Amino acid sequence: MIVIENLTKRYGETMAVDAVSMVIERNSIAVIVGTSGSGKSTLLRMINRLIEPTGGRVLLDGRDTGSEPGYQLRRRIGYVIQGHGLFPHRTVAENIGTVPRLLAWEEDRIRARTAQLLEALQLDPAVYSGKYPHQLSGGQQQRVGVARALAAEPAVLLMDEPFGALDPIIREKAQDDLLDIQRKFGTTIVLVTHDIDEAFRLGDRVAVMSEGRLLQYDRPEVLVTRPANPLVARMTGSAERAMRLLSLTTAGEAALPLTAGESGADAIVVPTSASLREVLSELLWRGSECATVADANGAPLGRLTVAAILARARPA
Amino acid sequence: MPRPATLLRLAALGLLLAFLLVPQRFAPLFAPLAAGGAPPIYDQGNLWMLALSHLATVLAACLGSIVIAVALGILVTRAGGQEFLPLSRAVVSFGQTFPPVAVLALAVPLVGFGEKPTLIALFLYGLLPIFENTVVGLRTCPATVLDAASGMGMSARQKLVSVELPLAMPLILEGIRLSLVINIGTATLGSTVAAKGLGEVIIAGLLSNNTAFVLQGGLATGLMAVLLYDAVAALERRLCRNARID
Ligand SMILES: Nc1ncnc2c1ncn2[C@@H]1O[C@H](COP(=O)(O)OP(=O)(O)OP(=O)(O)O)[C@@H](O)[C@H]1O
Ligand SMILES: [Mg+2]
Repeated sequence: MIVIENLTKRYGETMAVDAVSMVIERNSIAVIVGTSGSGKSTLLRMINRLIEPTGGRVLLDGRDTGSEPGYQLRRRIGYVIQGHGLFPHRTVAENIGTVPRLLAWEEDRIRARTAQLLEALQLDPAVYSGKYPHQLSGGQQQRVGVARALAAEPAVLLMDEPFGALDPIIREKAQDDLLDIQRKFGTTIVLVTHDIDEAFRLGDRVAVMSEGRLLQYDRPEVLVTRPANPLVARMTGSAERAMRLLSLTTAGEAALPLTAGESGADAIVVPTSASLREVLSELLWRGSECATVADANGAPLGRLTVAAILARARPA
Repeated sequence: MPRPATLLRLAALGLLLAFLLVPQRFAPLFAPLAAGGAPPIYDQGNLWMLALSHLATVLAACLGSIVIAVALGILVTRAGGQEFLPLSRAVVSFGQTFPPVAVLALAVPLVGFGEKPTLIALFLYGLLPIFENTVVGLRTCPATVLDAASGMGMSARQKLVSVELPLAMPLILEGIRLSLVINIGTATLGSTVAAKGLGEVIIAGLLSNNTAFVLQGGLATGLMAVLLYDAVAALERRLCRNARID
């Protein structure tokens, strides 16, 4: 758990970060969004003390991060940046082994961990271990960057616009991978982005920043249904708030039970993981009224109707 | 089957070694230049020994330049050392612009004749390219790479040794190469203050009006410079094959 208390950074007259307090639960993803210059990166970099705060403090699992040398703290916290920052003169395996080597792990353990991470990120260790960063595609470089940050099994991962340089399709894939990784390793993630869709997709909680201040920090659906002020409403896109709300619920969560006599044999079958937004779009496109929600094996679990979906597009 | 460049290299090396070890074999070649029965091949000393001490002087001076210039380059690119940049640059540029002949003339009264004044002159003359290239190399390390290095918990020292210097290495080596090559030529001046070197051959030729000697000293020095240039370039390519920054 990360507790941020009154964290402040002042550069001369500018308040880059102005008395921000927030709590990030263990095993959750907190996403920080905001316009350019709103202080997102500064806030993030104060968590691992790449930037020393002017005031306030950060507690990591109850311990003040100021109580140990910065470089030691940073070896326990993963860090991923836009444009990956891989070492161009080192192979993929050497890049990934950086922090374990700083921590003097045994070579065998480093090798095993490197292979495990490459596999988790769908890069064949036999093919990629010995390659140099310039021999990889942008998406592969980004994955190696994530693997490198996770190498020493950090409990916390900080990410500053990690997918900013990727094209939309690869970016979506990278987001899915991140969610998988997060579930697999139980990492607590703090991610900065200025892509509000990404924030809603990934965040258990989303922090909205403006001019150094934290405007609101809550679950995505709360940001949509009860924005703290007009600026948050504008940033979360009031024109699309109904659709955004639908995108936050999955078909599995919203499915109505199959009543006796219904076969569940609608023409349209959707997986439990589809969002209501996707299901509605499909129904409208096919001119249909209802869809069957099926599990991975195709067995029907419930149904969804247009009316039932629309009922969920309004704040409860 | 070796590549043509390799063959050319070997040929140049073979030619130089042959000339230095058995110069008399080349007598017919130089005879037309030695007027009036003068000896066609330098006969006042052993060419091989002269070449070796020439090379030793240049390498020793260069080693000194590398240590000082790289250390200065590192110092002025650290957060606390930036204020020393203008001063360091002035000192190092002065070393390059002050003519080596003048350095020799000033150094002889202080340290006497022989190798020492030459070493001082070459050392000063060789600082600038190494220093400037070190500074540029360290300054142009990509900011994201340095940020990642700090973010992963490298100390300032670890960052310098395992990231900044390796990334700056191609440029530093280029500076060293430049400095070496310039000094192979410049070292011939050392013979005016009695340092052992190939300059002796040239001076002897000038004194006795023997063009053959002048040409021999010049060619041997030139070949040596070319070969050294090539060797460092090969080392550069080898070390830096992968340190490509996209
Ligand atoms: N080293 C610095 N010196 C002075 N001002 C700074 C410094 N770093 C950041 N700032 C200022 O602090 C404010 C917040 O910067 P920060 O980089 O945290 O913004 P950001 O939200 O990450 O923006 P972006 O989305 O463009 O990355 C900006 O006004 C910026 O100009
Ligand atoms: Mg930023």
